[in-house]
Amino acid sequence: MPKVIIDGAELDVENGTTLIQACEQAGAEIPRFCYHERLSIAGNCRMCLVEVKGAPKPQASCAMSVNDLRPGPNGEPPEIRTNSPLVKKAREGVMEFLLINHPLDCPICDQGGECDLQDQAMAYGIDKNRFHENKRAVEDKYIGPLVKTVMTRCIQCTRCVRFTTEVAGVEELGAIGRGEDMEITTYLEQAMSSEMQGNVIDLCPVGALTSAPYEFKARPWELRKTETIDAMDAVGSAIRVDVRGREVMRVLPGLNEEVNEEWISDKSRFIWDGLRSQRLDKPYIRDNGKLRAASWDEVFSLIVSKLRSAGPDKTAALVGDLNAVEEVFALKTLMDKLEVKNLDCREPGNPLGEAGGRAGYIFNSTIAGIEQADAIMLIGTNPRLEAPVLNSRIRKRYLAGNVHIGVIGERADLTYPYTYLGDGPAALEELSRHKAAKAERPMFIIGQGALARPDGKAVLATAMKAARNIGVVKDGWNGFNVLHTAAGRVGALDVCALPTMPGGKDTAAILTGAKSGKIEVVYLLGVDEIDMASLGDAFVIYQGSHGDAGAHRADVILPGSTYTEKSATWVNTEGRPQMARRANFPPGDAREDWAIIRALAGKLDVNLSFDNLEYLRAEMYKAAPHLAAIDTVAPADAWLLSDIAKAGGKMTAKPFESPVKDFYLTNPIARASRIMAECSAMRLNAHKQAAE
Amino acid sequence: MLADKDRIFTNLYGLHDVGLKGAMARGAWDGTKQMLELGRDGIIDKMKVSGLRGRGGAGFPTGLKWSFMPKQSDGRPHYLVVNADESEPGTCKDREILRHDPHLLVEGCLVAGFAMGAHVAYIYVRGEFIREREALQRAVDEAYDAKLIGKNNKHGWDFDVYVHHGAGAYICGEETAMLESLEGKKGQPRMKPPFPANVGLYGAPTTVNNVESIAVAPTILRRGPKWFAGLGLPNNAGTKLFCISGHVNKPCTVEEEMGIPFRELIDRHCGGIRGGWDNLKAVIPGGSSVRCVPAEQIIDTPMCFDNLAALKSGLGTAAVIVMDKSTDMIKAIARLAYFYKHESCGQCTPCREGTGWMWRVLTRMVEGRAEKREIDMLLDVSKQIEGHTICALGDAAAWPVQGLITHFRHEIEARIDEFSARPDPEGSVSRVAAE
Repeated sequence: MPKVIIDGAELDVENGTTLIQACEQAGAEIPRFCYHERLSIAGNCRMCLVEVKGAPKPQASCAMSVNDLRPGPNGEPPEIRTNSPLVKKAREGVMEFLLINHPLDCPICDQGGECDLQDQAMAYGIDKNRFHENKRAVEDKYIGPLVKTVMTRCIQCTRCVRFTTEVAGVEELGAIGRGEDMEITTYLEQAMSSEMQGNVIDLCPVGALTSAPYEFKARPWELRKTETIDAMDAVGSAIRVDVRGREVMRVLPGLNEEVNEEWISDKSRFIWDGLRSQRLDKPYIRDNGKLRAASWDEVFSLIVSKLRSAGPDKTAALVGDLNAVEEVFALKTLMDKLEVKNLDCREPGNPLGEAGGRAGYIFNSTIAGIEQADAIMLIGTNPRLEAPVLNSRIRKRYLAGNVHIGVIGERADLTYPYTYLGDGPAALEELSRHKAAKAERPMFIIGQGALARPDGKAVLATAMKAARNIGVVKDGWNGFNVLHTAAGRVGALDVCALPTMPGGKDTAAILTGAKSGKIEVVYLLGVDEIDMASLGDAFVIYQGSHGDAGAHRADVILPGSTYTEKSATWVNTEGRPQMARRANFPPGDAREDWAIIRALAGKLDVNLSFDNLEYLRAEMYKAAPHLAAIDTVAPADAWLLSDIAKAGGKMTAKPFESPVKDFYLTNPIARASRIMAECSAMRLNAHKQAAE
Repeated sequence: MLADKDRIFTNLYGLHDVGLKGAMARGAWDGTKQMLELGRDGIIDKMKVSGLRGRGGAGFPTGLKWSFMPKQSDGRPHYLVVNADESEPGTCKDREILRHDPHLLVEGCLVAGFAMGAHVAYIYVRGEFIREREALQRAVDEAYDAKLIGKNNKHGWDFDVYVHHGAGAYICGEETAMLESLEGKKGQPRMKPPFPANVGLYGAPTTVNNVESIAVAPTILRRGPKWFAGLGLPNNAGTKLFCISGHVNKPCTVEEEMGIPFRELIDRHCGGIRGGWDNLKAVIPGGSSVRCVPAEQIIDTPMCFDNLAALKSGLGTAAVIVMDKSTDMIKAIARLAYFYKHESCGQCTPCREGTGWMWRVLTRMVEGRAEKREIDMLLDVSKQIEGHTICALGDAAAWPVQGLITHFRHEIEARIDEFSARPDPEGSVSRVAAE
């Protein structure tokens, strides 16, 4: 390990450490604009200059490795100074250059209060202005409805360019022009097509790229910040929800190396206006075909009478996409106590959780494990739309080199090249006859496009056969991965919200039953993605947060809360339980979902043995102990997996189709969001234009 | 004065046959095979002994540079890149080589390529050089046809030469920006380290040399390094192409011995200073990016790297820009500042922001519409650019301004006084109002 002396203190650092990292390890703060740990090194802002003893000029510490330093004349370790007059002068000089053409519009800049340029000018700049020429003005560019540009503020650090090229994988942002005329643009001033573009807002060290929907809405210091978990896809990204009063003002990414690093998708980031509109804020009852507001007592007594008259065999419960584990567990406990066997959490229907144990429905190799894989097969999934953050992890793996990526399913632009094997079951059948792979850590990612279909069981079995032959599951490596699209699914499977008891009906059977009249009461816990017409004349209880498909069909509505409004456990596609914190309160009479179910149980005279979240969680941890280990993925037993392959059935010839047709409108909250609607319309339009 | 027998570029003015036949008659491609038989180390040793310093401006010893290339290939190919992106204002030496003596360059590519284990050379020609590019391409084609280069050539070292033309950006003359440009990217300099000898073109070991450095190499090897080292001054050996422009009676490009005194260079080849020696005001001795030197300091100075560096200037590319007393020095340097502002690639902060600032201040100073304290500020700004940038363009932009302030501060002050003393400030007021 090389030794260096930083500001007089000797330090051992790893090989390949850059000076900026070494200085940080030594506790010396180095200002920077262009440098970012997760992007390639540009070295262009020159703010991180340090003095290297023996070098004639100050060196950019972000771009120089400690291994490039030469020892002193007597073999003493190389010496770096970060606080010498030379360094101070250099920083002041660079700071002055950055500021001469930067506008003095801080009072009307959305970056104000969280601006790197402001902060560093305070810390490293000088307090007077020597520049008396006219400042440069740059025309603003249109780069889409999500990112607002004020290009005069740009300091040309190129973080945004590097992010879109490297992480997002779309070469749509770049710099044109030379010298002081250099400008960042999408060349033809078209909207960016990435699902990750919002991240450039966080990366921009100044106010050149800011959030367009959040424009002039709030100042950072008046926001209450809550670190919690995203529910827009099954990745479970860490997010920070910023709230003013009762309203969510914006969503920012949090840090979680294991899951999202520090990126989030645009849906996670810009969904916040959907949290306020179309909300169910009162209980409702349908009278003569029309919904009318009612009191909690009224709806509960109606539900009690309906449940009692129908009896357990004619009652069913379905669990939707956006439910945390607590409420699913509460519902399952209630249904068990009511002896209702017809319970399913797999809308719109898939074969997961029936065989293979827990390993059969989670992303076994973990998201971080993608970086270890040397062959990746995507089956019936379009991760770019289903889990953009996970897709960028695959891209990161691709950029690292020496990986083979194959696709069976839709032929989509995934931001990295792949070998296309075919569009559906035929190709999978062929793959299942493949001999053992040369790759040491091959990985399968099986999406809902392959599973959420009538022949899903046979598809899953064939995929398992292929996995077995290829050697996807072996000692020390389990590359059999299911990619979910719903944030609540794995958690619901973990607490076994399934028709496990003999005679229990699954989603398809419940819907058939409801249509034919065999099921009289259906309890929809946040279910919006099924065909509501197939519920027939059944009495429908809808519990959820938004007035979407489920609420339109419902006979009784119980207003619940969204993912920012409750302290709850979410289990992501890896099977990683994560604890979300409450950032704001649900509107009006809406309540936390577990509490609604608990209250209903009370009206039904059913003893649920928990009166608060602590007791509920204690019960839940008894049923599913791994949920207690927050933030850690409990490895699932791989030996059960082979059971999956035993399932019979024939696959149809229908090609695999990703369930995510429109990335921006996948759930009730997204469908209530104006921003998402705008993005969706724009993308649709772009497709139309491309087709012409 | 350099004797005709010691000239390397014997067809500098295109008076003879430019083609392969003519070049061979003048000695090109003679004994090239024997040179290669010296082996890699043999050639590099001889180049080191010859004392040749790079002709692109920095004056780094060429033999030493070649020796930095890995001796054993690790599987990556090696590349030779020849910098023919001659864009420095005042410099016009490579142009003459490309036009009239291109075979020396092609032969040099083979020899240098062999010495560094490269099978491929790229010659990056400045975008504006249309005819020069054609002439060079003709020479390359002739060499291919005569089996002097190419696969299975007469010399037993497979060697391809590609002529690539730039798009006319000065910055692409910076070696790493040139590599970026060759790779098809925007011409912006790379960070060093890693140096091109380790990670260069397409990530492979690469050496970038100036046209003149490469073109003189075969003749040095043919006539022996001792001959070359015997010319010129110690540590500044050999002959050099000088391009003299500006206020001399006959501007020209001429091959001369290194270390020839300035007065002799001008009198012998350029017919003296316009209006006589008393009329000389200042000289920029090495292309636009070195500091100017006032007349009294330069007249008897030997034109070589070390003596000019002692004057805080430099030999650079030996593009001697002569200015007589009719020259408005402030305006001249302001024009150069505009050039650097225009050619800055915009990648790193000090150069992107600083070159424009310097140009704007200088433009005001040309009229005198400035304050005297701004002179020191300008000097400070130029020092804030110098040494803080990724490549040397920042330094190149700062030095002319520093030279101006060091030697001609009194002129700037006089101009400012003159402007502020003007009884009718109408001109300035209306101009300021218009802005």
